[in-house]
Amino acid sequence: MNARIAHIASNTFREAVRDRVLYNLIAFALLLSGAAILVGQISIDIERLVVVNLGLTAVSLFGIVIAIFIGIGLVSKEIEKRTLYTVLSRPVRRWEFIVGKFFGLAGTLVVNTFFMSIGVFAALLYVAHGFSRTDAFVLIAIYFIVLEFLIVCALALLFSSFSTPLLSAVFAFSLFIIGSFADDLRGFAGIAHGITRWFATAAAYLVPNFSAFNVISAVAHRQAISGQLVLQNTLYALFYTAMALSGAVLIFERRNLK
Amino acid sequence: MTSRRTSAIAGACLVISMAASILLLHRIDEIRPRANIEDALYLSSPKILKRASLGFSGLMACIYWTRAVQYFGDRHVLASSTYNELAPLLRITTELDPYMIPAYQFGASFLAPQPPHGAGQPEQAVELIKFGIEHNPDNWRLYYNLGFVYYTELKDYKNAAEAFEAGSKLPDAHPFLKILAAQMAEHASDYSTARMLWTATYESSDQAIIRQNALEHLRAIKVDEDVKRLEEAVTRFEQANGRPPSTMWELAAAERLRGLPIDPDGVPYELTPDGQVRVANPDNFPFITKGLPPGYQPKTPKFHTQG
Repeated sequence: MNARIAHIASNTFREAVRDRVLYNLIAFALLLSGAAILVGQISIDIERLVVVNLGLTAVSLFGIVIAIFIGIGLVSKEIEKRTLYTVLSRPVRRWEFIVGKFFGLAGTLVVNTFFMSIGVFAALLYVAHGFSRTDAFVLIAIYFIVLEFLIVCALALLFSSFSTPLLSAVFAFSLFIIGSFADDLRGFAGIAHGITRWFATAAAYLVPNFSAFNVISAVAHRQAISGQLVLQNTLYALFYTAMALSGAVLIFERRNLK
Repeated sequence: MTSRRTSAIAGACLVISMAASILLLHRIDEIRPRANIEDALYLSSPKILKRASLGFSGLMACIYWTRAVQYFGDRHVLASSTYNELAPLLRITTELDPYMIPAYQFGASFLAPQPPHGAGQPEQAVELIKFGIEHNPDNWRLYYNLGFVYYTELKDYKNAAEAFEAGSKLPDAHPFLKILAAQMAEHASDYSTARMLWTATYESSDQAIIRQNALEHLRAIKVDEDVKRLEEAVTRFEQANGRPPSTMWELAAAERLRGLPIDPDGVPYELTPDGQVRVANPDNFPFITKGLPPGYQPKTPKFHTQG
């Protein structure tokens, strides 16, 4: 990574911290500790299941919300505050600005996820009184969640590069929801005919397939995740992120900022 | 107005408003009918719920399982005889997460026994466990649960034997399963089979609630057996003497017992003037079927589980 991208990334990270993004960790800690203590009293024999399911779902949803709400403002805020012109008047290329912003937001989410993961494992330790080897699968689920964040960050930046923050948020959330139904979309394409089939198949392959990253239920039941899936998901996330970022760069390069 | 004064007034307003809203909500709860479980089931299709969960169906299953536990607990405490929403709640839970073993084990225990111990729906319990076996074919406990329901609630010895037999072939299966399968085939005495089932439950579970229930059932079996034996002794005494024994001492002497027969708590059994054997403290044995005073109603229904 060149120095200019690193500078933009570190500034984006600092700005996110200054915006009190990490305050969500308090809500997360309260949610998880409350659940870990309460579930044993109101339910039967699912303490570990709840901690893993609730913990990882919260990590995922909190991260998605942060990625979208910060991501949509990354470009527009800079234009609004006119700081973008200061940045671009220096020897910084537009693509470096976009990529730097992406790494800054992704870094914020990785740090956030790191602290949340500590919370998940602490709660797990509390309810199970120890760790087992199968708890390592939880780390894979967290890794997949981080891959999801990369895609969402890139998509939020893509929308932010040409649209208003409000519309960008609508687009990004819609795509997240559609992406969660990607498997169904593929199923629908399978039973459709003619042009509908073509459209449905194209849509199923174009929208991000978030369901492929969701292994929360499996790791909650100590089911192993194959190395092949880890590899394929990693490559898929990297290519999809690269695709969305390239789109963002293309649009931003041609955008009239006067 | 100084800033400090404004803050003090705002703080006071906040506290007063909060207290008032809590009190009002309390009042509203008193005049408004309690929200019932049907409200939670307005979406009764597991498929729709699975879609609506955006892939987080595991968490949704945990929520529905907790709702099922709470629903059963509420009805159980009220000694209700209707549990209409229990089976749908368990179906939703297990379809959202087919690998949630406690939902099958405890769920069947909630569904199968007759009220007030359960919902009195053993067929639904069988259906639930079969669905569990379909998705978890290597779990011997589910076969055990299935055999248990067939044996205790449906008196279907053939299917019970098949379930125990199938479970006994799985790796790590409890050795009792093989014996139970054989006993079902032989139609062994109810007491010895029941004792073996509850002993297997006690030994194979690490859940305190399950072990405690198994222990309660084993104590009840002991009492039922004792009372049956003592009633047979009373009949023998009557045949020999033309009258029932007047005291338990007289019966014990006739049977050449070393002392007064006692229950598992160490309290002697009682004998009524008409020769009926009674347990001194029936509340201490919630699952007994013999030795109860006429018209006896248990104080609180107890949870009945097979583990």
